[in-house]
Amino acid sequence: MLDKLRKNRTKQAKKPEKPKVPSYRGRRLFVLGVLALAGAGLVVRAIHQQIIETDFLQREGQRRHVRVEEVSFQRGLILDRHGNALAVSAPVDSVWANPRALAKQSPEKLAHMPRLADMLKLSRRGLADLLQRNADRSYVFLKRRLSPDDSKRVDRFLEETGLRGVGLYREHRRYYPTGEVFAQLIGFTNVDDRGQEGLELLRDDLLHGEPGSKRVIRDGLAKIMDVESIDPPKRGKDLTLSLDQRIQYVAYTSLKEVVETYNARHGYAVLIDTQRGEVLAMANYPSFNPNGDKTDRDERYLNRAVTDQFEPGSTMKPFTIACAIDAGKIDMNSAIDTSPGMVRIDGKEITDPGDYGVIDPATVIKKSSNVGASKIALSVPKARLWDCFTRFGFGSSTVIDFPGEVAGQLADSARWSKIRHATLSFGYGLSVSALQLARAYATLAADGVRRPVSLTLVDHPPIGERAINSDSAWAVRAMMEGVLTHGGTGVRAAVPGYRIAGKTGTVKKVGKQGGYTSDTHMALFAGIAPASAPRLAMVVMVDEPKGKYYGGLVAAPVFSKVMGHALRLFNIPPDDLGPDGVRLAGAGDQE
Amino acid sequence: MAGYYPSGLKESDPTRSEGLLAGIHLDLPLLTGLLLLCAIGLGVLYSAGGEDMALLKRQLVRIGIGLLLLLFIAQIPPALLRRWAPWVYVVAVGMLVAVLVAGEVGKGAQRWLDLGFFRFQPSELTKIAMPLMLAWFLAEKRLPPSWGRLIAAALMIVIPVLLIARQPDLGTSLLVASAGIFALFLAGLSWRFISGLVLAAIPLAWAVWEWGMREYQRNRVLTFIDPERDPLGTGYHIIQSKIAIGSGGLYGKGWLNGTQSQLEFLPERTTDFIFAVISEEFGLNGVLILLALYLFIIFRGLYIATQAQDTFGRLLGGSLILVFFVYLFVNAGMVSGILPVVGVPLPLVSYGGTSMVTIMAGFGILMSIQTHRRLLTG
Repeated sequence: MLDKLRKNRTKQAKKPEKPKVPSYRGRRLFVLGVLALAGAGLVVRAIHQQIIETDFLQREGQRRHVRVEEVSFQRGLILDRHGNALAVSAPVDSVWANPRALAKQSPEKLAHMPRLADMLKLSRRGLADLLQRNADRSYVFLKRRLSPDDSKRVDRFLEETGLRGVGLYREHRRYYPTGEVFAQLIGFTNVDDRGQEGLELLRDDLLHGEPGSKRVIRDGLAKIMDVESIDPPKRGKDLTLSLDQRIQYVAYTSLKEVVETYNARHGYAVLIDTQRGEVLAMANYPSFNPNGDKTDRDERYLNRAVTDQFEPGSTMKPFTIACAIDAGKIDMNSAIDTSPGMVRIDGKEITDPGDYGVIDPATVIKKSSNVGASKIALSVPKARLWDCFTRFGFGSSTVIDFPGEVAGQLADSARWSKIRHATLSFGYGLSVSALQLARAYATLAADGVRRPVSLTLVDHPPIGERAINSDSAWAVRAMMEGVLTHGGTGVRAAVPGYRIAGKTGTVKKVGKQGGYTSDTHMALFAGIAPASAPRLAMVVMVDEPKGKYYGGLVAAPVFSKVMGHALRLFNIPPDDLGPDGVRLAGAGDQE
Repeated sequence: MAGYYPSGLKESDPTRSEGLLAGIHLDLPLLTGLLLLCAIGLGVLYSAGGEDMALLKRQLVRIGIGLLLLLFIAQIPPALLRRWAPWVYVVAVGMLVAVLVAGEVGKGAQRWLDLGFFRFQPSELTKIAMPLMLAWFLAEKRLPPSWGRLIAAALMIVIPVLLIARQPDLGTSLLVASAGIFALFLAGLSWRFISGLVLAAIPLAWAVWEWGMREYQRNRVLTFIDPERDPLGTGYHIIQSKIAIGSGGLYGKGWLNGTQSQLEFLPERTTDFIFAVISEEFGLNGVLILLALYLFIIFRGLYIATQAQDTFGRLLGGSLILVFFVYLFVNAGMVSGILPVVGVPLPLVSYGGTSMVTIMAGFGILMSIQTHRRLLTG
């Protein structure tokens, strides 16, 4: 106040400036004080942000423009035993959008969006809706896995328009060059490249690589300015199967032919290398296109050769006889009385198609006598027979752990009734999978040594466990050769130039009400080749063929065709060169 | 008004020795500061604008126009300015009214007046007109002003400020208001009056907050004060800007190397937020050097004002230089997050035409005040 009074006085008095200057001193000091305070405030703030908070703010900045992104890996290949590709991963592009960054684009640029929709074959409306729905997100796929042409087109489009907030992401798409031939065995992957079915699922840990990472510097509109690799992606490991693409193809086409000819529900086949336990073919029909849309669950995805169990029927008889011989209850010359083609056990009748009279075990197999097999089985104690069957692998799963694999069922002998004891001898009252049955035939082929089966190549022949002694195995194999001779049930399984030991099976199916029906059957053939020095074992199964339904008519020709190819492809020397080099094939449809 | 001069002034006048520049009415220290600042501004703009030479050239042209205007105005003696002051004010207010009636909309606000050959922002003219008018009006009669004159002066401030706020241009209305208030303050507005005003404002603001506002309005005010409440809207600017400043550290990331600014995270990086680019690329050191340069200019301006020969010059000069300070403080404060976001450029550095020219005009007046005194004393 004093200042002001003094100032006023000086103004009025028009005195020299001198007293006037201090009159403003208060104001001047005040202004200077405010200036100093404000300046200090700015400096303190700058020091606070740039020295004290700098680390935090730098991190915040990096969080915004430096982003670690995943680099997709390549899934391992699946190859057949000769290195042919069965499943490959091809790089493909997917289109993503950042709706938040798109929202910042100029209207002229956004006017290009309908063109993009057309290019991706999406509806313009649908694309707009998709972006609208995800407006607060910063990553959404517009379309996964473009065709190479489309991805080139989109790339050019993005270049031309300079549109930001849309880009391509490199992924890998799984292709199956062999298509439906291997479909159930190989299975398939989902959109994220993880195994969903079959071997893709079983060996996902091996095939699945490790995604890599890269540091990406992006600008405020999500455009990638700079990329620095941190960790390269690890490619998945390749899986080499023991299967042979050529044999698989023959097996598949043969099954296709037979299923279509007899209007069957489905058919499947398993071929095993008996010395190494390697599976050479495992085919199913009907099949599906693993390269197509696989959104719905479908029973055609089932690899029935391992997931279905069935009663083996007459294909069980060689094991009954092998076990009886091994137990010393019969030998090749034993006489079995099958008259009058019928036997009554526990009030139930077991019958043959005719009265075969007194026959030797070889004839029991050749004619497929249920009465003979039953009598032989009943001569072996329950526990002994159970033990023997078990050593052939019945009732226990193979070690391949295939998804959905069944172990089959073989009840403990303590729970066998006498009729069960008898019917087991011709394959009723237990269930097996085709792979299990093939393994059991391979055991017979390998002189009684059961080896684990494998879907992949094995380095050394596995040691295996002895099921029966080699003499017993040899004897049964010799008997099984009779099946393909004149008057046997399986002559149509013959392969010219080779001796085959086999067994037909025509199995009545259990109807809906329970109890066996006489109008639905499974046609089976199981066999070993060459009989003199076995290398291969094979099981063919056709479910519910219409019209003809005998295993010897429906399944045996498939066996002949596939086994014939396999023997030639593996360069296995023929062991049955008669005078004219061709084994005579007899006629006869009986089992 | 050209009466006597204190004898001691001649000896202490630092401009005496600057013969050539003084001859064309320029003040060497002030001019040096301004040119340095413009040069720094061009360098930063080159980086912030993504190395766009065309942008740089346009800014260079504006600096040229500004300097020419400065040179021209510096030739006008304060006495002439004083005579013109009321007319300049009337013209400015008239144009503000015209802009509301027939103005052109740019960036969502009506600020431009199209004069056919060039577009003009009348609110910028007001930044000069306001201190001229107030200085003229207050210097007419003895100080401190009477109550009646105080009310008249308040009206002179309020009318253009409201007109500009209607456009809406909060930043400019703030600067114009502060120009008027500074003139009033320097004229000797009583401390009792000032403190009374402040004391009255506090309960009034509280009452308005408590009873006069709805919830959404309160929220709007809160977001205005604390932008981080709305990190994707208004807050986005300030958060990105704080990150840019903070990540500069002590030495900065180097020219052209600021990630926030170069990667287009920082909005308005060539205009209102250019201070953040400086902070990020040149660090605390750069910021301190820049602030020192600004303070040098401000202190030189204040010195000129205090040494002015009469009340008109003192009020005018003081008001002009304090507004320049407000420019700096509001911009730097806003960018570093201590003040709410108000659209005020960093003076002489931000890209943009009209404010550059206006500020140069203001410095022209300051130079005129400084240099004509000596000539008059002869």
